[in-house]
Amino acid sequence: SLDGKYKVQRHGLFVLCTSGDSVKVYSTRTEEWLHSLQGHTNQVTGIALNPANHLQVYSCSADGTVKLWDFIDGILIKTFIIGYPLFAIYVSEKHEGIVFLHIGFQLVAVHLPKSAEQEVEAKELSAVSSHISPNPSCTAFGREGQYIAFARNLQLNVYFFRKQKTYSFSLKATDKKGAKNAFTCIACHPTDDCIATGHEDGKIRLWRNFIHKKEYTYSTQHWHHNAVNTLCFTPEGTNLLSGGIESVLVQWQYGTGNRKEFLPRLGGSILHVSASSDGQLFCTSHSDNKITVIESSFKVCGVIQGLVKDAVLTDLMIDPRSKALVLNGKPGHLQFYSLLRDKHLYNLDIVQQEYIYEAGLDQFEVVKAAFDIKGYWLATVEERGQKSADLEFFLKLWSYDERTQSFVLNTTITAAHTDRIISMCFSSSEETTMLVTIAEDGQFKAWCQGVDADTKQDQNFWSCDFVGSYHNLKPTNCSFSADSSLLAVSFQEVITIWSPDTWELLTTLCQPPGVIRDLCFGRLSCSKYLISTTTRNLLCCWNLLTCAFLMDSFSGLYTVFVFKPNEPRPLFTHKNVCSEKIHRAVFVPREEPLNNCDESSQWLNRSQLYFLTQNMLVIDDSVAVTPFYLLLGKHRQQQQKLNTPSHQAADRPQQPQGSVTITELLHTPAHVLPPASVLCSMFVSSLLISNTGEMESSEQEMNSEKEEEDSEGEMEACDSQQELRVQGSVDEVTPKLSKAQERELKRVRKTDFSWMAGLIASKP
Amino acid sequence: MASFKPTKVQFLPKLGEKVTEDTLYWKNYKSPVQIKEFGAVTKIDFSPLAPHNYAVTASTRIHVYGLHSQEPIRSFTRFRDTAYGGSFRGDGKLLVAGSEEGLIRLFDICGRVALRQFTGHSKAVHVTSFLSDGFRVVSGSDDLTCRVWDVPSAVELSSITEHTDYIRALAPSKLNPDLFVTGSYDHTVKVFDMRSGSSVMTMQHGHPVECVLLYPSEALLVSTGGRYVKIWDLLKGGQELVSLKNHHKTVTCACLSSVGNKLLTGSLDRHVKVYNSSYKVVHNFDCDASILSMAVAPDDEVVAVGMTNGVLSVRHRKHKKDKETLTSRRRRGPSYRVFVKGKNFVPRQDDFLVSKPVKQYLRKYDKQLKSFEVSKALDTALQMWTRTSKPEVTVAVIIELNRRGTLKNALAGRNEESLTKILNFLLKHIFDPRFSRPLLTVGDIVLDLYRQVLHQSPVVERQLQRLMEVLGREAELQQELLQVLGILDTLFASLTPRKEVAALAALPVDQGPQLQAA
Repeated sequence: SLDGKYKVQRHGLFVLCTSGDSVKVYSTRTEEWLHSLQGHTNQVTGIALNPANHLQVYSCSADGTVKLWDFIDGILIKTFIIGYPLFAIYVSEKHEGIVFLHIGFQLVAVHLPKSAEQEVEAKELSAVSSHISPNPSCTAFGREGQYIAFARNLQLNVYFFRKQKTYSFSLKATDKKGAKNAFTCIACHPTDDCIATGHEDGKIRLWRNFIHKKEYTYSTQHWHHNAVNTLCFTPEGTNLLSGGIESVLVQWQYGTGNRKEFLPRLGGSILHVSASSDGQLFCTSHSDNKITVIESSFKVCGVIQGLVKDAVLTDLMIDPRSKALVLNGKPGHLQFYSLLRDKHLYNLDIVQQEYIYEAGLDQFEVVKAAFDIKGYWLATVEERGQKSADLEFFLKLWSYDERTQSFVLNTTITAAHTDRIISMCFSSSEETTMLVTIAEDGQFKAWCQGVDADTKQDQNFWSCDFVGSYHNLKPTNCSFSADSSLLAVSFQEVITIWSPDTWELLTTLCQPPGVIRDLCFGRLSCSKYLISTTTRNLLCCWNLLTCAFLMDSFSGLYTVFVFKPNEPRPLFTHKNVCSEKIHRAVFVPREEPLNNCDESSQWLNRSQLYFLTQNMLVIDDSVAVTPFYLLLGKHRQQQQKLNTPSHQAADRPQQPQGSVTITELLHTPAHVLPPASVLCSMFVSSLLISNTGEMESSEQEMNSEKEEEDSEGEMEACDSQQELRVQGSVDEVTPKLSKAQERELKRVRKTDFSWMAGLIASKP
Repeated sequence: MASFKPTKVQFLPKLGEKVTEDTLYWKNYKSPVQIKEFGAVTKIDFSPLAPHNYAVTASTRIHVYGLHSQEPIRSFTRFRDTAYGGSFRGDGKLLVAGSEEGLIRLFDICGRVALRQFTGHSKAVHVTSFLSDGFRVVSGSDDLTCRVWDVPSAVELSSITEHTDYIRALAPSKLNPDLFVTGSYDHTVKVFDMRSGSSVMTMQHGHPVECVLLYPSEALLVSTGGRYVKIWDLLKGGQELVSLKNHHKTVTCACLSSVGNKLLTGSLDRHVKVYNSSYKVVHNFDCDASILSMAVAPDDEVVAVGMTNGVLSVRHRKHKKDKETLTSRRRRGPSYRVFVKGKNFVPRQDDFLVSKPVKQYLRKYDKQLKSFEVSKALDTALQMWTRTSKPEVTVAVIIELNRRGTLKNALAGRNEESLTKILNFLLKHIFDPRFSRPLLTVGDIVLDLYRQVLHQSPVVERQLQRLMEVLGREAELQQELLQVLGILDTLFASLTPRKEVAALAALPVDQGPQLQAA
């Protein structure tokens, strides 16, 4: 996930970009992620190359610190503590030892104290201006750092450092044609007294003569049809680059009026443009989590693509073939993203139409997608006109082409239903593939690769096989059983079970009140169970052999419950997985199954659970952490390329059970263990703390027996305690030991492993 | 940087007949040659001998035509009244024909005067034929009798009166000289054996029988009458095999093609239908008038059809060499060598390869869409050739403009001439279910844009008037169809056994009325 700003290094070798609470360093040549600069505890809001040393970079963060890094080796050099949340950072060559920070609504100059210590508190703050725009691109340094220009709404201010004066120039609210004049970005010419400003209506104004307040002039150029998002002068000042929502990078020749070059269809609206200090490379960052590296000859030479996660309409899916995560990508595309390698694999063009980058235009979007069990077929639904009355949608079926290693369009169905398709699923049998779609017109349709009635030959395209409905009720979801012998379609509060062979309605199951939301058959040993969730927070489970009914009710915010289908009580509960609303979740198969004997986390042996929230993709690995993870957490974290920008979820530890810990440690083959020197100290320290952990775990087990509501308070308390403890163990800060504990520690060191066997036996 | 994605033109598959080998075979006929006869053509018979001349019985004459001649080679005109049922003997040397006055005449193919005259029938003789030994003639008459005549002596050998109505169909067996099949207006088909002198098999057709036909194996018998064509299995004692109802008027004639024994039937509804071996219609010939008679030449070289208006329509089979002459006349493009020039060059090991970027070729309207020239793109799509021969391209551009939200801009600011073009296009295609949705949007926008200035142009006003009428008619039609659907639904609902689930047919229901309306 790439967001925010980035800089290109002097020789154009590296791209730096902010990403959550770290700064990522990429190579422009290979487009590979080199490393990330980690250390901030909150969102990194700005980065700026140190003008005194081009191998160093300043970063500022909302946690109130400015850090100086050596970005080639990824070393933190210094931390300056400011104490206020920072929103942007600006530096200039002329002002050595001073950084300009954006604090609140103020632009503040901060003298960075020179001291040898790692952490320094910077106290010398002086305000430059008290009213600046929250948009960081509305502030820029002028020629040789003589002045700083900042704009807010309709006013452009220029502060001259020598005169210590601010000149302001304002525009009218609207001009005659009703265009909006508000400033959106600023760039200053590096060698000339000229300020370029971008405006809401897409105009670019070039301001001159602003040194004399009364005699200022400006010239206007207009190409963008929407707001100009970013402006940038090339280092020599010969060209001006501008970008906006149209996704076209425009290069204006400075001083020649209207001569310009275009680079269209870069993908996603352009958020930032920057040029390398030798002017050979440009970089654009896009709203779809992408950085494009462009040569000065205006050719794209590299693309760094992250996970696109704006407006995810499809479910999170796993491609059975490549085990990649599949979801909405670029507009009209599906993206395949490898979670194991944290790398964007490719985009599959579903809509196959030119995307028009224009605000407020209603265009086709992929809203549903489904894979069959072998990953040979992909079904997609694209929709347009959700808001207006005339809804257009297409159902498309894609087959996997071995030769091109990609999906190829097989069938397009224009009017699959008369109303919107709600859900679809493939049958899970190996021999025949069948697709069932349900729609708001009250019907469900089965599609299969038909056999021509006349020639008796297999057609290679899909056609409708069956149309069914149930009392004109609106269907809500559908699911095939594991062996595809049954199809369950839920209609409002009723589940209907059909036989896909004969299309006979076998039985109907009536729910307790509440419209059914989701429907799922059990797999493998639990395939006799049918599970449904309703809008009234009920989880219902049917045993289809006896048509018996098991039910459970639960509630909780942002909580993960894990059930066994045949037990009404949750196997595992995890509260407050993350701070935001969870939109979707998906199980991702692991490359190699874990061998975990702890019952509460056994369910994660084969897969990991990922959540998609508003802003990020969260991996819920925490619930699966093994004792080893606790011990070696730090080592692992560096090896694992986790997708999460901030690993917020990894707070909750595994329930520490001493005996299990020890058995696992002892039963693990020696060759997979880390060096004994690393292991020993951590192992011993973990043994020391396990006493307190044990108490907590028993307390929690008690709690889970009670009703959810009254235990909530206690749970939180115990959670926070555990968090503290985990942080302690992960950061390897040795807790202060009491005398009794010290004595115990000595005893532990002296005793041999035969004593350990007794410990195993003693603990259940 | 992604390249421009061209506008997607949707090609919807054509509904209805699928192209099979049979269709291709029967399509491969030239457009028919029309020969005017003096009256309704009641019988056509091909000579079994090599030049395969054919005798056409119409009014008071029998004309014999050569396969490729349009003028009769020979004609027999010595009939006082209408002649019927002229048919050749197995060696193609003799011809027998009945007539309205009840006389049966026998002609030598080279002579002009009748060799024999068989008298005895009291009413018109519609069907006559040689038995397969060639020495006897069998005839069926309106006096309800069926008689067998000896050719050398010109005497009546036997007379059978088993039918109770006019006999209008006759087919002698080619394998057994004593067997023949007759069909009558008394709804029966009878098989007679001359050895026993009476019928050996009787089949109830259920309608007045117009024609009977034996398959070459003589195990199957075809009878036509009413709207039905029925196939009987003679080996199973005359069991009905299939009953076909593909015509909507009386089926008057049937014949077999000599390649693959495909059945052809002609009817008063002016269609000739060709069936495949599983009795499904694979092809259809349309004619100008009701069909009375039909015959297919050996090797299916010629299909001759006689009609009530006295026109004989002859279709000749196309041959490969005909096609070749057509294609050779066409201008040939650059040779294959031009296209592969330099493509097969194999680079040497130390060569440095510089690949040339593949140039993307765009259609004119796509180029204009790429540069956002929406009005020009619409103009291009509405050009004469595109809008007449490829309306789907025009509609695709309209849909694309609508998607971009610029359809209104593209339609605005047009003069009378270009507006007329658009309205003409609407008038032609607005009912096409494929196009109606985007075109209705276009109509709405045109009305919105030009409401103020409509009265200034009488041409545009007239067109809009027509559009309104046509749309009104269409709406009425749709309503009627919906009513019919409702009726059908109730019928189906009462027919299906009571079930909890309404399982509809697999065909999408909403498309039905639109397609029929179109």
